[in-house]
Amino acid sequence: MDFSFTEEQTLLRNMVQSFVQDNYDFDSRMKIVRSEEGMSREIWGQFAELGLLAAPFSEELGGLDGGPIDIMVIMEELGRGLVVEPYLPTVVLCGGILSRHASPAQQEANLPGILGGESIWALAYSEPQSRFNPADVLTSAKADGEGYVLNGTKAVVAAAPWADKLIVSARMSGEQRDHNGIGLFIVDKSTAGVSTQDYPTVDGNRASEVTFENVAVSGDALIGSPDTGLSILEEALDHGIGAICAESLGHMKSLNDATVEYCKTRKQFGVPIGSFQVLQHRMVDMFMEYEQSVSMTYMVNMKLSEGEDERKKASSGAKVQIGKSGRFVGQEAVQLHGGMGMTEELSVGHYFKRLTVIDTQFGNVDHHLKRFASA
Amino acid sequence: MDVDFTNEDQAFRAEARKFIEENYPKHLIGADRGDLSKEDFLAWHKILAEKGWVAPSWPEEFGGTGWSVTQKYIWNEESAAFGTIPPLPFGVAMLGPVIYTFGNQAQKDWVLPGIKSGETWWCQGYSEPGAGSDLAGLKTRAVRDGDDYIVNGHKIWTTLAQHADWMFCLVRTGTEGKPQAGISFLLIDMNTPGITVRPIITIDGGHEVNEVFLEDVRVPAEHLVGEEDKGWTIAKFLLGNERSGIAGVARSKKAIDRLREIARGELEDGAPLLESASFARKISELEIDLTALEYTELRTLASESKGQGPGPESSILKIKGTEIQQRITELTMEAVGNYASPWVPQLDRGDNYLSIGPDHAEGVSQTYFNTRKTSIYGGSNEIQRNIIAKMVLGL
Repeated sequence: MDFSFTEEQTLLRNMVQSFVQDNYDFDSRMKIVRSEEGMSREIWGQFAELGLLAAPFSEELGGLDGGPIDIMVIMEELGRGLVVEPYLPTVVLCGGILSRHASPAQQEANLPGILGGESIWALAYSEPQSRFNPADVLTSAKADGEGYVLNGTKAVVAAAPWADKLIVSARMSGEQRDHNGIGLFIVDKSTAGVSTQDYPTVDGNRASEVTFENVAVSGDALIGSPDTGLSILEEALDHGIGAICAESLGHMKSLNDATVEYCKTRKQFGVPIGSFQVLQHRMVDMFMEYEQSVSMTYMVNMKLSEGEDERKKASSGAKVQIGKSGRFVGQEAVQLHGGMGMTEELSVGHYFKRLTVIDTQFGNVDHHLKRFASA
Repeated sequence: MDVDFTNEDQAFRAEARKFIEENYPKHLIGADRGDLSKEDFLAWHKILAEKGWVAPSWPEEFGGTGWSVTQKYIWNEESAAFGTIPPLPFGVAMLGPVIYTFGNQAQKDWVLPGIKSGETWWCQGYSEPGAGSDLAGLKTRAVRDGDDYIVNGHKIWTTLAQHADWMFCLVRTGTEGKPQAGISFLLIDMNTPGITVRPIITIDGGHEVNEVFLEDVRVPAEHLVGEEDKGWTIAKFLLGNERSGIAGVARSKKAIDRLREIARGELEDGAPLLESASFARKISELEIDLTALEYTELRTLASESKGQGPGPESSILKIKGTEIQQRITELTMEAVGNYASPWVPQLDRGDNYLSIGPDHAEGVSQTYFNTRKTSIYGGSNEIQRNIIAKMVLGL
């Protein structure tokens, strides 16, 4: 048994940590969030230079041969900085799918753009009616000669306003919620018939409603087969869970540190409010929630490469833990900061908002409790 | 023991409901607080003023309605059930009672009519950056200079000060003895030179609260309410009034109805979310807690009718009421699933703004974030628990 990080992973953490500290303090972050585009292409380019975009991929694919633990280290540090640049959708979700399941030709055509920072990707899988069930797919893909024609709408697609490429789930056969018959397609966002309604989200990110109207794609746009589409997608979402668990650790740690510091310095009735036992115990509870989340995050990221059942149980279990812990820590951090915690000026509320989105992202506590029970 | 209302009470309820239905401004039905203009806030207030129902709890000689405690409760319940924008609390619920209890004749004559008509918009200058839960630690100084006070200081969390004509303000006139001594209650014209109002944007993206800076603000001494250095009694009296009605039972009932409506429209694997056992259970738990709170409030009301004023028990209503409000907003946000994420604050919307996702998802996350304030303001829930520990349990 060994919970220590390798030397490379420690170096990676130090590198990301100092990059975030030097380039992504809270004011810089808010400037980026409030800018026209809502992200910084310059920062994204620096991610590429630092090798972050290549970190999890194998050497054959031009990567640095890392894995889920490296992603975990990176996401935790990006979480501390509330970084909005689309590491999760581009590298973890879409890059992950391409590296594990795309054909050599598809990999050759698409991975260099991701690793080099030229291309941003979004995973378009949820639909207005699908809630958290990735098998609930109405978007259709009909064979048309050598290729396919896509029709349908995808909902709240994170990072889609920035993306030039999408991976889209679409039904090729069967009924609305059938597990078989779902294909994953690589779609260039500039293809005729793709339209987006872009908007900001609660957590300072951007998302789109993406509509496909008779969108023609070639035959080699399909990743894997219609029989494996859902399992490829579910595996990617579980990797996404491993990554946002780590990201949430960054948020919780930042909130706990800020809250303890605030309670040590904020004076009422002539003493620091941190001297009140009722508040001390509250901060102890926040600390314990964080520690339990760390444990579940390590657990899930070690189990992502195990068999399907074990992977599902691990990721749903971890998602329940961080859903509950993130909510508790976020709400209490605001409460203990009093009125100040309610203001846009402090970072506290922004961590709280990102944690609130994470609670829902890839399925909320109720969804994953059920999935855990049935896995 | 029974919880039935008398026939007279029932008749009053019917009359109240009819009046609201027939007279409430149509364009404000279901309006979101964040969208309201100054005129919107005052529209219903002015209709009630005309009817003579704007300040039911005031003594009749000052324009109250003479309703019984039960009738006032019924009125609040009907108003909440309809979802009215209640008259602004700063004048009617807070300052009015202070003026007719502690003010001199001249103050009664000019302050009370302006509150009732809605002509004067008041804001509350209580909290300061260093004086929140510990209100008596306030530092804003008022120094006597001939017939005036010169006021210097910094108030914060001043709700809707951006619309205010006047502010009632706690200031420090003396520095001797305990911090509670040496506080005075002053009325300040917001148009006086030296006052700056700076907006505070909250995490829901709204602009409700402000900072108010006072720099050499000259206030005529005739605007002192009560005696100099004796303002703490008035401050406490006002806070007692602020807490009544904070349980918000009727408004929470309405919010639960809306939650159920949303859960009926949201689908989980093709079936209404409302039919999900785990979700339905959470709504039921909320409803049961709300029923307990309703009966606790009715018990308070019954003893009030017998002349026993609301004591420290009203802290229970504040704590439980706000916790329930927060859980409702949390569950409503949960109900809308992925569509809780889109975020276009009111302030950022252009004329061509198109809503995203189902209409019922609109604003639910803003409401969730906004409602986090309720366990902080009006005496934080930690302070309320201290009150119960000390005053009720004698600890």
